[in-house]
Amino acid sequence: MALCLPRLPLEARLRGRAPSEAADEPWAVVDNRSVLVCNGAAEALGVRPGSALTAAWALAPHLRILQRDAAAEAGALEAVASWACQFTAKVSLEPPQAVLLEVEGSLRLFGGAARLMARLHSGVADLGFEALLAAGPTARAALWLAQGGGETLQALPIGAIDPGPQTLALLRRIGVSTLGELMRLPRAGVAARFGQGLLRDLDRALGRAPEPRVFFQPPERFGMLLELPAPVMEAERVLFAARRLLLQLEGFLAARQAGVRGFTLRLSHRDGQPTLIEIGSATPHRDTEHWQRLLRERLEAIVLKSPAEAIRLEAAGLTLLSGASSSLFGDTRGEAEAWERLTERLQARFGSAVVHGLATHAEHRPERAWRAAAAGTAAADQVPPGPRPLWLLEPPRRLGEGDFVLLAGPERIESGWWDGDDVARDYFIAARGASLAWIYRAREGWFLHGLFA
Amino acid sequence: MAVPTTALEAVLRRHPVWRGGSVAQSQVRAEPSGHAGLDRELPGGGWPAGTLTEILCASHGIGELQLVLPALAALSRAQGRIAWLAPPHLPYAPALAAAGLRLELLTVVRAPGRRDALWAAEQVLRAGACRALLMWLPRSGYGELRRLALAAEAGAAIALLFRPLLAAQEASPAPLRLALVPDGGQLSVRILKRRGAQLAAPLHIPIPRPVHAVGGALPSPVAPRSQAARPCPV
Repeated sequence: MALCLPRLPLEARLRGRAPSEAADEPWAVVDNRSVLVCNGAAEALGVRPGSALTAAWALAPHLRILQRDAAAEAGALEAVASWACQFTAKVSLEPPQAVLLEVEGSLRLFGGAARLMARLHSGVADLGFEALLAAGPTARAALWLAQGGGETLQALPIGAIDPGPQTLALLRRIGVSTLGELMRLPRAGVAARFGQGLLRDLDRALGRAPEPRVFFQPPERFGMLLELPAPVMEAERVLFAARRLLLQLEGFLAARQAGVRGFTLRLSHRDGQPTLIEIGSATPHRDTEHWQRLLRERLEAIVLKSPAEAIRLEAAGLTLLSGASSSLFGDTRGEAEAWERLTERLQARFGSAVVHGLATHAEHRPERAWRAAAAGTAAADQVPPGPRPLWLLEPPRRLGEGDFVLLAGPERIESGWWDGDDVARDYFIAARGASLAWIYRAREGWFLHGLFA
Repeated sequence: MAVPTTALEAVLRRHPVWRGGSVAQSQVRAEPSGHAGLDRELPGGGWPAGTLTEILCASHGIGELQLVLPALAALSRAQGRIAWLAPPHLPYAPALAAAGLRLELLTVVRAPGRRDALWAAEQVLRAGACRALLMWLPRSGYGELRRLALAAEAGAAIALLFRPLLAAQEASPAPLRLALVPDGGQLSVRILKRRGAQLAAPLHIPIPRPVHAVGGALPSPVAPRSQAARPCPV
């Protein structure tokens, strides 16, 4: 199966923007002062690939120009390949603009060629690329079909196989316009006129000759940069661009049946230090929606000092995720997962100091007999010796002598002489207005320490 | 439809099968409060799930948590998670553990601001991840309460909102409202609003108070014995 990205030079640069904003303006990528690729808005104005830059400007004075960036294109192609590894292990690059997938072994898993193709198409579109897809019995046949957009090899226009400008001109001159016509020419004559290369490609496409391919090796770590075509301040736009990278991360992780516990999003600014956003999760995940929710909470709380020009997403520490078995444990498991997700959302917004669990601690000093624990941490319960209030005041509040009526006590608590924070207190239960209070007397006077709620 | 309905009905009669459609009509899922006198008057026989319940109390420390603790302990025994949102003071772990709550199922959200607290409350209620949410949002407008009530209905948690007694004069969208006033060793509970017939007389609910545990009687104050009470210098 071949995945051909005809607008790659443009999309590699522009996919950091929401499609609505990018589609309205005419954009073109220029190589050597002529238009290489342009978007729909530019085509509507009459700009065509191949036209000279001056001609393009005459047609579309507002045309936005990007210089071709071969490195960005190669990076984007690898990103797509890395993402596609979730569908098959046998992915190979066909520079400059195509990725080939050997899917024979995956068809059953993904429900047939048509379904897999639809999934690839929408998946690549979510990454920000327009793809032409075709399936063929051989890699080259699929590639040609994707490039030419035909149903059979015979009917393909000769331009689809990209034989080089000279050969193409020559073929057209002798009246060959489709691949079928080329195949009907005598082999010896074709070899003599156009060299062995064309024949070899043809044989490979038809399956007469094997085509060894080097399979793409995805990197071990995930680190992807996305350039933002226009600097952005708004969280929503950063989030949109980050979603592209999160989808890539999901594909990257799916290929390894793995998840990560977190990632770092680095926002680069023209001046000064990059902004680092660390997103973490209690359990490994790869679901884009999950990460996006957490990132949204964090981004909404951050005010950027200057516009971001590029974002980079890095994730390490891959953990193997077991397959879905969510229904095995029934409701409580779903509740536990929902709870975990909720806790993460709250912590992403408020920080882990604000959202915490509780644990007891073996200590006589009341203010140290509890601990803020990570939510869900089990701890041995210590039963306190005397009555303890349900509310503890932090810190204890000083009381005047007439503010309370003692009802019961005292309970002597003397502890902590070893760590310099020693206390010597007599605790009483007292009535304070309508409330029952837990108060103590120390050398400094009377203090309210708790309320029996 | 060709389903043998009679056989299906027979199965439904024989086994206690819970059917989703029947809840909306009359029954309210509720957790018994652990106070028989209160359960008799609460719709559904306890703290209702999926409903915003307002508990108005004169001040903190009158036994307002003791009123809800038996139900929370029962939820805790059934592995139910309980969230505490914006509590006025620190919920004290040793006392909660002593009351039978499983601490690993508790989470405290000390939301920094009022708006954040409201946001968090909605998130918790709608997530459907915990069985009870206790929240302290003293100054909430009608619109905010309305959102909370809707969020509570969207979830299935017991949503207990603690507010000052003064709020009794304001209108509230909460379907159940209680006002608590201390009454000696008891709590006087007035049901300000509930689904069904209104109740005029307050209920007197005995709640455990620590003075009994120590042996002192509530109305008779202990004179501070200065010698015994003075801490020894170490």
